[in-house]
Amino acid sequence: MNTHTLTPYEAPRIGVFVCDCGSNIAGHLDCPDVAEYAKTLPHVVYVKENLYTCSEAGIGEIKKAITEQNLTRVVVASCSPRTHQPLFSSSCAEVGLNPYLFEMVNIRDQCSWVHMGTRDAATQKAKELICMGVAKSAGLEALNEIESSLIRKILVIGGGIAGLSAAQALGDMGLDVILVEKTASLGGLLQQVHQLDSGVMAKEALSQIIDDVRSQSNITCYTSATVTETGGYIGNYDVKIETQTGLVEEQVGCMVVATGAVPLIPEGILGYDGRQVISLMQLEQLLQRDKLDAKRVVFIQCAGARTPEREYCSRICCMIGVKNAMLIKDKYPLTDVRVLYRDMQMYGTHKEQMLWDARGKGIRFDVYTPDNPPEVENGKVTFFQAVTGKTQELDADLVVLSTPLVPRNDSGKLANMLRVPTDQNGFFLEAHAKLRPLDFAADGIFVCGSGRYPATSTEARTQGIGVASRVAAILFKEKLVKSAIVAQINPDACVGCMACLPMCPYEAITYNRDKRICEVNEVLCKGCGNCAATCPSHSAMLRGFKPQQLLAQIGAA
Amino acid sequence: MTKDILVLGGGIAGIQSSLDLAEMGFKVHLVESLPSIGGKMAQLDKTFPTNDCAI
Repeated sequence: MNTHTLTPYEAPRIGVFVCDCGSNIAGHLDCPDVAEYAKTLPHVVYVKENLYTCSEAGIGEIKKAITEQNLTRVVVASCSPRTHQPLFSSSCAEVGLNPYLFEMVNIRDQCSWVHMGTRDAATQKAKELICMGVAKSAGLEALNEIESSLIRKILVIGGGIAGLSAAQALGDMGLDVILVEKTASLGGLLQQVHQLDSGVMAKEALSQIIDDVRSQSNITCYTSATVTETGGYIGNYDVKIETQTGLVEEQVGCMVVATGAVPLIPEGILGYDGRQVISLMQLEQLLQRDKLDAKRVVFIQCAGARTPEREYCSRICCMIGVKNAMLIKDKYPLTDVRVLYRDMQMYGTHKEQMLWDARGKGIRFDVYTPDNPPEVENGKVTFFQAVTGKTQELDADLVVLSTPLVPRNDSGKLANMLRVPTDQNGFFLEAHAKLRPLDFAADGIFVCGSGRYPATSTEARTQGIGVASRVAAILFKEKLVKSAIVAQINPDACVGCMACLPMCPYEAITYNRDKRICEVNEVLCKGCGNCAATCPSHSAMLRGFKPQQLLAQIGAA
Repeated sequence: MTKDILVLGGGIAGIQSSLDLAEMGFKVHLVESLPSIGGKMAQLDKTFPTNDCAI
């Protein structure tokens, strides 16, 4: 690749592309006039106005000009770098121009959009912005992307259905997996569940997956084990695992958090006694052991959930409640089964139908309101019928409290160790609710299952398999490649004052005790520039935004 | 065995699958019946709860 770092005697050849963005820019300022002006700027040898620079035609113009005009710098004056910088710089790279010799000027968000109706002033501002961009581009340096090695091994923390599914899928892809489970057996919460709503017994479904995971030679399972220490970065994590046979040290490329959640034990809620008033997981175990003995069963939904101390909806308890109400009614048709609820949360393809089927089987659903919650005492459930406005009393041999899943009490500790966030309820928090639902913001760490949010077994399995895909997208590569826009600290100028250390949000800077200077880990650095702005000796600098580059830009203003 | 992959449907699910598979090094053929990819999400303005621009 032609790097085009200039010798002191060589003048840059700058090409400027002015984008109309349809009428987004051209509608509010005089683009042809701006383009004419750009031709007068120092070192500018080529200028082109495009209807849409980001279109295939516009990209073609850039590539053609780089080749034919022998451009050594490209400036595009258009929208925000957040939208199209990657497209433009990679297009430069395709025809042999180092992608870091590209500069973008925002004449849309920062000019035409905010100065609508003042055409002359907007045109003048666009000219000045381009003048600044051109001045900066002249001083840009060719940079090489940072490469680091990858360890094709994954640590999965948690051996429930989510972690098992992730391990199984990763194992199937031929990757090495270390699965760490805190308890003595694999399977997680599903081990306590009787029958799934598909009719399959939970233990049977689970044992198939566990057998498969156990049989894969590239999956190592540690039970009664915990991860005690993690360090390093994407592609190269060092982890320590406390196992039954002693401490194990491993190196992995990615980590998956699949630690699940625990059912709330409803102490002090609605007369819970663990015998006649039980939790939904206790009912699962009664059904599992075929020990149910009740003629009148009352389910109370939202027991301990959606309250001031626990505001979230646990989502899965309505479906578990209806599933078990139907199981009881099917097996013992003469049993009187009633469900007291606030709102029914029955989402997905079959669950809504399940609710109608349950009503059809003679299960009675009554709504209650949170300001008038049911009361349970001496085998009687009293509740205020919101629809009729009357207080009703039900005899009950068994009351089932549908309690929510709550975060593990040690999930905060794990979050601190991995440096990943949790939400206001204590569940792990993904990088983006819509676009990155399985990723943490920290590169190379992923989340699946109820550790993120109460999930059905289907959802937990889907997420586990999804995580495998996210991990494979990283680990199937030859090496890790990341942006060269990272900080560098001049070792000769650094006095080791450590002012930059607390400013780095990614803990990418460490203090070297032998050399008494601060050093940047380029793989961890995200190029935010905090250290460069803080450094009193100007020894920390951000590549692509060095003082001389920024001063040239400011000087042109 | 040919290792190219056909993804039917260019909405957010199809696009994300294609991207992940391409990152893994597979050649992906993404087929969409409409003139542009993006599906339902491309018709949304903002997404809840972050208010990010959907497109």
